[in-house]
Amino acid sequence: MASRIAARFAALRAEGRGALIPFLEAYDPDRATSMEILRGMPAAGADLIEIGMPFTDPMADGPIIQAAGQRGLKAGATLGGTLAMVREFRGQDDATPVILMGYLNPILSYGAERFAADAAAAGVDGLIVVDMPPEEAEVLAPHARAAGLDIIRLIAPTTDAARLPLVLNASSGFVYYVAITGITGTRSAAPEELEAAIPRIRAHTDLPICIGFGVRTPAQAAHAARVSDGAVVASALIDTLAKSLDAEGRATPDSVRRVLAQVAELAEAVRGAR
Amino acid sequence: MNKPLTRPNTYRSGPDAQGKFGGFGGRYVAETLMPLILEVERAYAEAKRDPAFHAEWRRLLTHYVGRPSPLWFAERVTEHLRAKAAPGHGARVYFKRDELNHTGAHKINAVLGQILLAKRMGKKRIIAETGAGQHGVATATACALFDLPCTVFMGATDVARQQPNVFRMKLLGAEVVAVESGAATLKDAMNEALRHWVAHVEDTYYCIGTVAGPHPYPAMVRDFQSVIGEEVRAQMQAAEGRLPDVLVAAIGGGSNAMGLFHPFLDEPSVRMFGVEAGGHGIETVTGHAASLTGGRPGVLHGNRTYLLQDENGQILEGHSISAGLDYPGVGPEHAWLHELGRVEYVNATDAEALAAFQLCARLEGIIPALEPAHALAHVLKIAPTLPAETLIVMNLCGRGDKDIFTVARLLGEAV
Repeated sequence: MASRIAARFAALRAEGRGALIPFLEAYDPDRATSMEILRGMPAAGADLIEIGMPFTDPMADGPIIQAAGQRGLKAGATLGGTLAMVREFRGQDDATPVILMGYLNPILSYGAERFAADAAAAGVDGLIVVDMPPEEAEVLAPHARAAGLDIIRLIAPTTDAARLPLVLNASSGFVYYVAITGITGTRSAAPEELEAAIPRIRAHTDLPICIGFGVRTPAQAAHAARVSDGAVVASALIDTLAKSLDAEGRATPDSVRRVLAQVAELAEAVRGAR
Repeated sequence: MNKPLTRPNTYRSGPDAQGKFGGFGGRYVAETLMPLILEVERAYAEAKRDPAFHAEWRRLLTHYVGRPSPLWFAERVTEHLRAKAAPGHGARVYFKRDELNHTGAHKINAVLGQILLAKRMGKKRIIAETGAGQHGVATATACALFDLPCTVFMGATDVARQQPNVFRMKLLGAEVVAVESGAATLKDAMNEALRHWVAHVEDTYYCIGTVAGPHPYPAMVRDFQSVIGEEVRAQMQAAEGRLPDVLVAAIGGGSNAMGLFHPFLDEPSVRMFGVEAGGHGIETVTGHAASLTGGRPGVLHGNRTYLLQDENGQILEGHSISAGLDYPGVGPEHAWLHELGRVEYVNATDAEALAAFQLCARLEGIIPALEPAHALAHVLKIAPTLPAETLIVMNLCGRGDKDIFTVARLLGEAV
């Protein structure tokens, strides 16, 4: 059986458009709210969904996602709890691919083999482990492969020609192009930088390529989805959620609606991009 | 996932090509940083083979830092401990006086090596993390000397409690960035330095202060700090005509300890103690900073090592009276030596360190930093139990000027 990720990109190719991949942080600001956002994303136009697994020390994330992770941890987020969210989501949606993004230590603490098996059983399709370059992937990659999970790798502007094949060979599902040398939610790449970068990667792989880091506006998402195979939007959505919270950091009646409205706006732009 | 640890023929050949000491160390960083740390590794491997690089570093150590630092026979401490010991007991206690280095601690040894490397690599600016401020001051000092812009990341909590060092860094021309994220202490400063590095990859060198972080930092910082142990070997030969029997050093990240221990690792007669910060006692959750005796292996800041973490793999804050020791991790080579049993890792509490701090001041006329006060606290425990001919060397790796306000407050004195 083709994976949900491969099936979804094949369908999008047939449609002639790129993917919108919105991001949410598990348990941000509480389990129920993040579950409602997750449940609402496909109808709002999400083609794939990326869920952040909160970690105390997110080395590659800027202040917006750091704060989301801290809210999630305060609300009791664990890997087990995040997998339970995906399992619940699969009760209503068996087609939209779900990617988990996080850092290695909580996974090692959970047990890499058990995590891969439990994630696959919950309905997760792929993993992005930020601090696990191909050189260190032996701890998790064999277990992920055995469980049928894709390992989605980040390619950065600093990834040189010599290194590119090594990283691509260790990737499956799709390739995540980090548009800037920097952390999440800080700045955006210029359109011409992306237009130069994607063909460089395309020459080395048949995998779909998606762009993240600094994709904030509908126009940027549309452009990213046009020059590559998809746009990942994270900090801009988290920012909207954060601004909807009350003074104590709790969700308000408006929180879910505002985030999903933004997803819909992004989706519309991505769908109109070609 | 621990590889079975077999006893090596030598303890001094690590790390392997992957930057591993047994199962510890490695390069657990985001892809954006990978090409950079590989570049640092290549540049360091070349510099290491270049006699001109070593000559320049040695020149700085001699004429700028003031090395070799003395090996001091602490006669009054020795007599004090013998008074309590059984007949024929009470080891001879020596201090390796790295607190006499320019900038007041051992940190400058590795900073100068790294700044020379950064110059060689053509880097135009330097960043560093700091906890108590000693590494920040050392880095700011070297950057002033070499006319390089310097940015030091320091947790906002530490900025508030280490004002004199913040001011020193500013006097030296460095920019100090107060890090508000997380608990706003050393680990958060390191996170922020790594984030900043990712965003300034082209022109910036990250000068790490301890034997942690991604490969090659643990090995590189160790190599530079090994000047401490090499000097001790020669100085003890001159003083006593033989090797020391026991080495004792405090462990935060573990750079002063690694520097003292490494040249002696293959001498089976030399026992080594690494003294972690026991804080309020290692049985208290988040009340200590003893990663090896109170933590378990995991991955943080680019390396696999022992960490303070909860049951879900979330990193815990360490606590210590010493801002230089309250780091939730430890250098990966220490993790390896711990599992092999080559070095014995113990801890001293805040109260024990405070008592040792005062004793050192009164008996030797030396105000130590709170970090080596932990090492001294362990010396006070073991020296009376050892035969009188035993030679102990304790690394007095920093001076206590920075700590007098903390100590005064704890002793109820107004300064």
